[in-house]
Amino acid sequence: MSGVRANVAAREALVARARARMAGLAGELGALAGRLGRPMAFMEVCGTHTVNACRSGVHSLIPESVSLVSGPGCPVCVTAQRYIDALVGLGRRPGLIITTYGDMLRVAGAGGSLELARSEGADVRVVTSTREALEVARRNPDRDVVFAAVGFETTAPATASAVLTADREGVENFSVLAAHKLVVPAMTTLLENPDVRIDGFLCPGHVSVVIGSEVYRPVVERYGKPCVVAGFEAVQIMEGIVHLARQAVAGEARLENLYPEAVTPGGNPVAARLIDEVFVPGAAAWRALGEMPASGLDLRKRYQHLDAFHRFGIQLGDDQEPPGCRCAEVITGRCNPLDCMLFGRVCTPIYPVGPCMVSSEGSCQAYFRYRRHEGRRRAPSGAGSVT
Amino acid sequence: MCLALPARIQERTGEVARVLLGDAVMTVSLVMTPDAGVGDWVLVHAGFAMQEVSDQDARETWMLVDEYDVLTPDRPLEGFQ
Repeated sequence: MSGVRANVAAREALVARARARMAGLAGELGALAGRLGRPMAFMEVCGTHTVNACRSGVHSLIPESVSLVSGPGCPVCVTAQRYIDALVGLGRRPGLIITTYGDMLRVAGAGGSLELARSEGADVRVVTSTREALEVARRNPDRDVVFAAVGFETTAPATASAVLTADREGVENFSVLAAHKLVVPAMTTLLENPDVRIDGFLCPGHVSVVIGSEVYRPVVERYGKPCVVAGFEAVQIMEGIVHLARQAVAGEARLENLYPEAVTPGGNPVAARLIDEVFVPGAAAWRALGEMPASGLDLRKRYQHLDAFHRFGIQLGDDQEPPGCRCAEVITGRCNPLDCMLFGRVCTPIYPVGPCMVSSEGSCQAYFRYRRHEGRRRAPSGAGSVT
Repeated sequence: MCLALPARIQERTGEVARVLLGDAVMTVSLVMTPDAGVGDWVLVHAGFAMQEVSDQDARETWMLVDEYDVLTPDRPLEGFQ
């Protein structure tokens, strides 16, 4: 990368173009907001969009009448507490090794978090890839190694690949506790809720690399909501918002892909085949949204021997949200993090109460890191239910 | 969790490649991008290459990732607070 870093002039020129483009877009958004004459609210489905919009200052360029509301796009945040409880319970079994992405470590269930379990002696190891998890299993053939498979369609192919490899190589001590989620069912469920009032979706960039942009077509055609796929740079996020606003002003609902350099209409067919070979869509429990049919991925019967639910006879219990925590409302666009009474007082990234403060992609952590000085919000805007 | 970054393939051995991601050298799986070869850029997420991207797009992404002050309080856009 040193070659790229050395090219200061090219970078300066690019940043200057980005700033000019940003100013133009901000001006257009202001004009569009004035023309519409009513507040509008767009949901950024993806947690990474939430974080980058906060970090880059995009919020500061948006008129008061335009709201960006968070959606159910942070995998850790939407994972039901009953799954966390099962995972932590599994982690406490003597001799068993839990492998997990780092984000899951500090999410607390009724019986504490994986981090707490680790401090009490559980063998919990953070991995950055399912390949690492599989390697842990190969190196510890006499111990059970469980991978906490959480995430949307972006991460599901990696889990599928590990399952196929474990099956092929006969890594019998490896299994996955799968809680993968599908993005589109969450979006349509939200639209069925009359409390959630939004004018369009900023659709996730890298989930769409796998599933393609066409999957959002039903959201546009059946629910009449604009869907715009956007990348993660500040300018790309702003472009997405402006395109959504243009549609809102024109009274249109169209599917637009503003990230064609990475996202194709049909997605990555190899990744889709991997998912299909290992998983089958099944009912899944989501935090805040409850149990939704065909919104998650279950391991196929063919791979039942690698399914930790099956291997350890795990039955999921009930969810008990922490008292006062409004994460469930935050991830459904019904509460701004700044409006939660726990936010910044008893709930901080160091001592998080709810998952949205734990995860680096969670709305509450993004607001804490970049927007907590804004204080509590003003009067209700009227459009989005976030006030 | 769903962020992918462009990395350049330095060496390929079967389905596994050594890539340069920013300043980090790491090993990733090419199972989802079977046609990617040495010198190609791929979007990497959680140890897997998900998609090939063009040289220009990859370089621009890194330039903007490196450049945190596209918008900062020190450099506000004219006309906006």
